[in-house]
Amino acid sequence: MNFRWITKSVIVAAALIASCAQASLEIIITEGVDSARPVAIVPFAFVGATKPTQDIGQIVSADLMRSGKFNPINAMRMPQQPQNSSQFNASAWDRTGVEAVVMGTIKEVGMDRYTISYELVDVVKAKGGVGQPMMNAAGRIVGGTNHILHASEITITGKQFRQYAHRMSDVIYEKLTGERGAFSTKIAYVLVRDRQEYRYQLVVADYDGENEQVLLRAKEPLMSPSWSPDGTKLAYVTFERKQSQIYIQDVYTARRSILTSFKGINGSPVWSPDGRKMAMTLSKDGNSEIYVMDIATKALTKVAPHRAIDVEPTWAPDGKSILFSSERGGRPQLYSVELGSNQVSRVTFEGEMNLAGKYTPNGQAIVMVNRTNGQYNIARMDRTTKFMQVLTRTYLDESPSIAPNGSMIIYSTLHGSNTQVLALVSMDGRFKARLPATNGRVKSPAWSPFL
Amino acid sequence: MNLNKVLKGLLVAVPVLTLAACSSNNETDAGDANANATQPVVADQGMSDAEQLRQQLEALRQQNTIYFDFDKSDIRSEFASVLDAHAAFLRARTTISVTIEGHTDARGTPEYNIALGERRGQSVQKYLENLGVAAGQMSVVSYGEEKPVDAGNTEESFAKNRRAVLVY
Repeated sequence: MNFRWITKSVIVAAALIASCAQASLEIIITEGVDSARPVAIVPFAFVGATKPTQDIGQIVSADLMRSGKFNPINAMRMPQQPQNSSQFNASAWDRTGVEAVVMGTIKEVGMDRYTISYELVDVVKAKGGVGQPMMNAAGRIVGGTNHILHASEITITGKQFRQYAHRMSDVIYEKLTGERGAFSTKIAYVLVRDRQEYRYQLVVADYDGENEQVLLRAKEPLMSPSWSPDGTKLAYVTFERKQSQIYIQDVYTARRSILTSFKGINGSPVWSPDGRKMAMTLSKDGNSEIYVMDIATKALTKVAPHRAIDVEPTWAPDGKSILFSSERGGRPQLYSVELGSNQVSRVTFEGEMNLAGKYTPNGQAIVMVNRTNGQYNIARMDRTTKFMQVLTRTYLDESPSIAPNGSMIIYSTLHGSNTQVLALVSMDGRFKARLPATNGRVKSPAWSPFL
Repeated sequence: MNLNKVLKGLLVAVPVLTLAACSSNNETDAGDANANATQPVVADQGMSDAEQLRQQLEALRQQNTIYFDFDKSDIRSEFASVLDAHAAFLRARTTISVTIEGHTDARGTPEYNIALGERRGQSVQKYLENLGVAAGQMSVVSYGEEKPVDAGNTEESFAKNRRAVLVY
C-alpha cells in the first residue's frame, strides 16, 4: 500500500514521533463512591540531588481514586510516613481505618537513573491473628511477612516515571481487588477543532488523558476508531476522499492502508477477538448490512441480512457471535447473530431504542446506549437476569467503550454549552467522572486492550 | 416558486452542451431554510452556455437543502418544488452529476446516524429518479451527525441539521 506522510487531505503521524499536544483532557470526578476503601500512599522518600519532576505517589493515588474503588487518604492524616515495612507501625495505622499502605523510596543512582522500591502492606494482616505476624510492644512487626502483599524494586529513567507509576497502580489494584488493573491502557478518540483547517484529529492518549498524541489530521470527518486486539493498530472511518472508507493504521509506525472503499457506507469497523477478521457496516448493495471481512484475503461474508437498517456490529468475547443494532423490529434494538448458523435473536426489549451494544470482557453483561423518554443514556443489561440498569444521567450519551478489565465505561456526552466531552462511569454506575477538553469537541472514545 | 421560473426560463434557452467543466465548490449551503435570495434572471439569448450554467447552478445552490422530521427519511411535500427544479435541470444537463449528502441531528449514535443519513439521501435520490433523472447522475454520501450546520442542541438546531443537501 502506497504510504505517504502527507497527502492533500490528511496528515499522518505515529504515536512515538507525533507532536505531543499539551494534555488537553483532564479527569474531573463528578460523583464519588462513599464505600470506596481507604488506602494510604505514603509520599515516597527521595535520596539524591536532582528530584524527578513526576511524583510517583501522586500518580498512583490519582489512579486508585479514579478507579472508584479506593479513597487514598491525605498525607496529613497519616499517623506516620514509613519508607519501608520495617518502619511500619501497625498499631498506629489500626485506628485510621486504612486497609492498605503503599510506601517506598526513590534513589538517584546515576545520570537520570533512579531506583524505585516500594512495598504494599495489608494493615489488617499486619495487626496479627492466627498464622499472622506478631506485633511487639512498640507496635513493630516481628516475624512473618504475610502482611507484605507486594514488594518490588526497579531502576528506570525520569521519563519512565509516569508509565511505571501506572504499572504500580495495576499491581496494587490487582492485589487489593483480585481484578487486573487497567491503568496502563490508552484511549483513542476523535478531537474536533472547528476553527482549524485540519479540524478532525485522531488522537491516542494514556487512559488519564496524559501523553496525548495526534495520529491523523483531516479536513473531513473521522469516525469509529477501533483497536486491534494486540493494541498496535487502529481501524477507523475517514471521509478524506469525500466518501466513507475504512483504514487500518499502525499506532507506532503511522503506516496505514485502506481496507474498504465500497460505494455507500463503509462504517463501524471492529476487530474480531483473534485479530484476523473485521466486522463492519457496508451499504454497497443499497442498504446498510453487517459484514465480516477476512483481513488477509479481504473475503466478505454478509451476516444476518435484512432490508431494515443494520449497524454497529460488535463481537462476543468468544468470537462466535456478533451483536448489532437493527431496525428489523421497528425501532433500533440489539440483536445477536450466531456466525455458524446465521441464527438471529433479539437481545433488548426495554426502552424506546437501544444502540451501540458492547459485551463486557467477561461476556456476562451488555453495555449500550438506551433511549427512554427521549433521553439517551448509557445502560447495562445483565445477560442472565435481563435486568437493565441505566448508569448515567448525562445528556445525549453515545459511543460507550469498556475498559479491558470491565471496571469502567468511557463514553461521549454533551456538557455545558454544547460541548461534546468524554465521561467515565463505573460498571455499577456509582462512580462518575468527566474528561473535559481544554480546546475542541471530543468524541468516539475507544479504550485499548491491555497493553 | 421563484426558483422554478428562473430555471424554466434558462432551460428553454440553453442548448445542451457536453460541459464537464463544472468546478463546483463543495461547500454545502449554510442550510438556512428561509433562504430566498434567488434573483429572477431573464434568459438572454446572447448569454453563453457557460454563463447560463453558472446562473442555473447559482440558482439551484440557493435552494439545495431538504429538511426531514426527527427519525424520518420521507420527503415532506413542501420540498416537492425544490426537487422538481433540480430534476428539470439534471434531465436537461445529463453530463452533470450531483452528490446528495445525507445528514442527521446529534441524537442517536454516530454509526446509526450514518445509516439514517444515507436513507435520507437515498429517498431524495429515489424521488429524483422518479422524476426522470438518470441514476448515473446521482451519488449519495452520508455524513450522519458529523457535519452539523448548527452546533446547538435545541430543537431548532436539530431541525436545521436533519437535512439532505444537493451538491453540484
